[in-house]
Amino acid sequence: MTSVLDTPRARKTGRDPRRRLVVIGNGMAGARTVEEILARGGADQFSITMFGDEPYGNYNRIMLSHVLSGEESDADIFLNSLPWYRDNGIDLHAGVRVERIDRFTKHVFSSDGRVTPYDTLIIATGSRSHMPPMDGLHTPAGSVKPGVFGFRTIDDTRKMVAHAKEDHHRRAVVIGGGLLGLEAAYGLRSHGIEVEVIHSGGHLMSAQMGPDGGAVLRRSVEALGIGVHTGSRTTAVLGTDRVTGVRLRDKPDISCDMVVVAAGIRPNVDLAVLSGLPVERAIVVDDQLRVQDEDDIYAVGECVQHRGEVYGLVAPLWEQAVVLANHVTGADTSAAYLGSRTATKLKVAGVEVASMGLHGPELDTDEHIVFSEPSRGVFKSIVVRDNKMVGATLLGDSRKVAYLTQAFDRGLPLPEERLSLMFDLGTPGDDVGVAELDDDAQVCNCNGVSKKALAGAVRGGCTTVAGAMDATRAGKGCGSCKLLVQQVVEWAAGGAVEEDPAASYYVPGIPLDKPALMAEIRKRGLRSVSQVFQALGPGSAEDAKSKMGLASLLKMMLADQYIDERDARFINDRVHANIQRDGTFSVVPQMKGGVTSVQQLRRIADVAEKHKVPLIKLTGGQRIDLLGIRKEDLPQVWADLDMPSGYAYGKSFRTVKTCVGQDFCRYGTGDSTKLGIDIESRFQGLESPAKLKLAVSGCPRNCAESLVKDVGVVAVEGGRWEIYVGGAAGAHIRKGDLLATVDSPEEVQVLTGRFMQYYRERANWLERTYAFVPRVGIEHLRAVIVEDAEGRAAGLDAAMQASVDGYVDPWRERDDPLTPGQFRTSLPLTVLPQVPVR
Amino acid sequence: MSGMMSGMGSVRSHNLGPADQIPPGEGRAFAVNGKQVAVFRLRDGSLRAVSAVCPHRGGPLADGTIDQQVVICPLHQHAFDLLSGCSTTGTEPLATYRVSLDGEQNLVLETGAV
Repeated sequence: MTSVLDTPRARKTGRDPRRRLVVIGNGMAGARTVEEILARGGADQFSITMFGDEPYGNYNRIMLSHVLSGEESDADIFLNSLPWYRDNGIDLHAGVRVERIDRFTKHVFSSDGRVTPYDTLIIATGSRSHMPPMDGLHTPAGSVKPGVFGFRTIDDTRKMVAHAKEDHHRRAVVIGGGLLGLEAAYGLRSHGIEVEVIHSGGHLMSAQMGPDGGAVLRRSVEALGIGVHTGSRTTAVLGTDRVTGVRLRDKPDISCDMVVVAAGIRPNVDLAVLSGLPVERAIVVDDQLRVQDEDDIYAVGECVQHRGEVYGLVAPLWEQAVVLANHVTGADTSAAYLGSRTATKLKVAGVEVASMGLHGPELDTDEHIVFSEPSRGVFKSIVVRDNKMVGATLLGDSRKVAYLTQAFDRGLPLPEERLSLMFDLGTPGDDVGVAELDDDAQVCNCNGVSKKALAGAVRGGCTTVAGAMDATRAGKGCGSCKLLVQQVVEWAAGGAVEEDPAASYYVPGIPLDKPALMAEIRKRGLRSVSQVFQALGPGSAEDAKSKMGLASLLKMMLADQYIDERDARFINDRVHANIQRDGTFSVVPQMKGGVTSVQQLRRIADVAEKHKVPLIKLTGGQRIDLLGIRKEDLPQVWADLDMPSGYAYGKSFRTVKTCVGQDFCRYGTGDSTKLGIDIESRFQGLESPAKLKLAVSGCPRNCAESLVKDVGVVAVEGGRWEIYVGGAAGAHIRKGDLLATVDSPEEVQVLTGRFMQYYRERANWLERTYAFVPRVGIEHLRAVIVEDAEGRAAGLDAAMQASVDGYVDPWRERDDPLTPGQFRTSLPLTVLPQVPVR
Repeated sequence: MSGMMSGMGSVRSHNLGPADQIPPGEGRAFAVNGKQVAVFRLRDGSLRAVSAVCPHRGGPLADGTIDQQVVICPLHQHAFDLLSGCSTTGTEPLATYRVSLDGEQNLVLETGAV
């Protein structure tokens, strides 16, 4: 092993006069502390070296549950990417573990053989998943058994997602019914996995709430289709070389394909122990975050024990980082960390949870105010002692949480009418809560943004919620505080709140959301895009950015009553082809279900030869794409093809991808090809808020990738068909939710059409189904579309039928262009193509 | 009209043909003096002319979507003020041209010093 030994003395005579700061740990605590140090001019005082066990920049660990559920991509959760370290002159060793500290010679020894001297050292090693003792966690060789996961790092999360996506993996057991366990269960559920939560405590989230709240939470969790077993201890993981189930004490075994262990965390203190630092439950620090009896070593975050407390939440960590940075940089040497009163405010498995202090009364004189409404998943409990709030639990409704948190933190006197702690009684509502908030109260716990900072941004001119969020980073962490951020911005703007135009408007140029816009269009009998601008646009002004969305909406609403103004269309929809980077177009003839014929192939070949088509490409939707067609050649190309448009260019129903199906495939259980062709024949070319890509697979092997389509159909044994909605596998990856399992292809067509019509009527412009479905909720969709709970099914079916009846193949315009020069070149002097030909 | 010289430097007028070759609210491209010019007919009937090639990545601006103020390039949605040619999305500006109708409803474009 080679060592690079660099003595402190030698470096001090070198050119860099700055002290050497070494930070062990590049998680949320380590990176945040460095940010705080830099904010205090630390770059002038220190040359900074960081070691991170994980081979990445710094990411928001809180958001891993969103990555697991597919709501965010893993790229979205990075707080500081690798260039950030370079730009700030930080020497980051990512993927390198520090193995030992020599606190006498002041060096750290890392796994890459490097020896790094320090003047000041910060330990931020965080914690790891706790693996409770049970049999069968490991293979005989000693590695963790395949199918067993912790839930702590981005790699854990990626592996879990990959495992959950494997076809035959259908069932998971999550050990631990706390915050992390419920998040894991929720995330896996969204991949269509059956999930059972095994919790050793008597009720869910027993660290944050009492049994009554836990019972309400259980109901909400079970409503998501997650099984809950409380008071159950897992004694063994079953299976020899991979997981096949778990054994419980006093209960039957549960079979499963994966086990997620979320039974709490343990501080990473091995390094500190090995290096002779004082460790009890965690590394012992004083009020300056200095490790006990050490002058130059600090520790911060979840690896720290301060006044007997070890914290596992993010808010105390932020407070510690500030104090530490003040000391290390000398910015405020009187700063002291006195501990945190932990108030948690979270969204767990889609349920709002806030918890602080006591879960229930402890003394005979304690007052306990409880409100419980299990059917709505709402539970509120407040414990009052000596007219001060000493504990609260809020579930499913966190509107009063800002006020309660402050009352709890500061011991404010309480209103005599205790009920007003829980509800706004005849007051103007939420604003009061915000106005009462202290200036220093932290609104965003992820990014440590106070009410004062947010209000300052508003006064500085950021008068929209989005603007203030951008300026302060408030709400850009886990996002759970967005409602409160909005309230503070509204309060700070003093009623002069600017609405975020883009936030609720269907299109930016008409100040109405979709339902209001549709209502106005109907009420006024508007039939064209220009009429909409005239009637509803501010100052009757047109807006180029809004035209395409309005054209699509009007066509959907009015079918053949729509007055089609061609200038409102995007170029693709004017010429029925997809514009390419050099101004040429791509032509994709219709090939229903991806099935073609000798005649079609011969004709396509002839056309490609005749027009010297530069590139012929198979698309992901099983079509043949002819690329590099000049605009002026489009009508002739269509005429020569004499095939209908395949709609590869619009915000519309695009394609139905199919597998071979039962005619040829020896596994096929349903005629997927025929159903795919039928669906495409029926719904071809329908406008929609965003494109719709469908698939039909003939068996659960899913060769047409039905689980990641806007609507995906899977034939299952017994002549039945599963319909999934809201899947995606492009820029965003999401497994579709099961809408229904039906008995016939005809029912598939009805429900597919009904779902698409509901989506067309309700989705925001450019909102793909992968965003729409989770926004409105699969339960709601099932109620409306499958169970017809709102009595709207007939109306949806009729509206869809009207659209289907109004269908005309746009490529027929080749014989009779609709506007003068419709297919005239727009770059008359440019020699095409500029795209290289293969 | 074509090739007529004015007193102010080397302004040249070019007859581009009838205005109704451009549908209302759309644009068409013309090759004028070796330059590509996009001429737009706004929905209120007024005319605008700018250079036809988007300075960002060469997109065909005559295929863009317009309103009374701007044209949006179809490739990457950069927007340009139709009167000044300035980009409202932070890319390079367009050249602008004077365009008008003659007595026979023909488009007349002026090139050269304005």
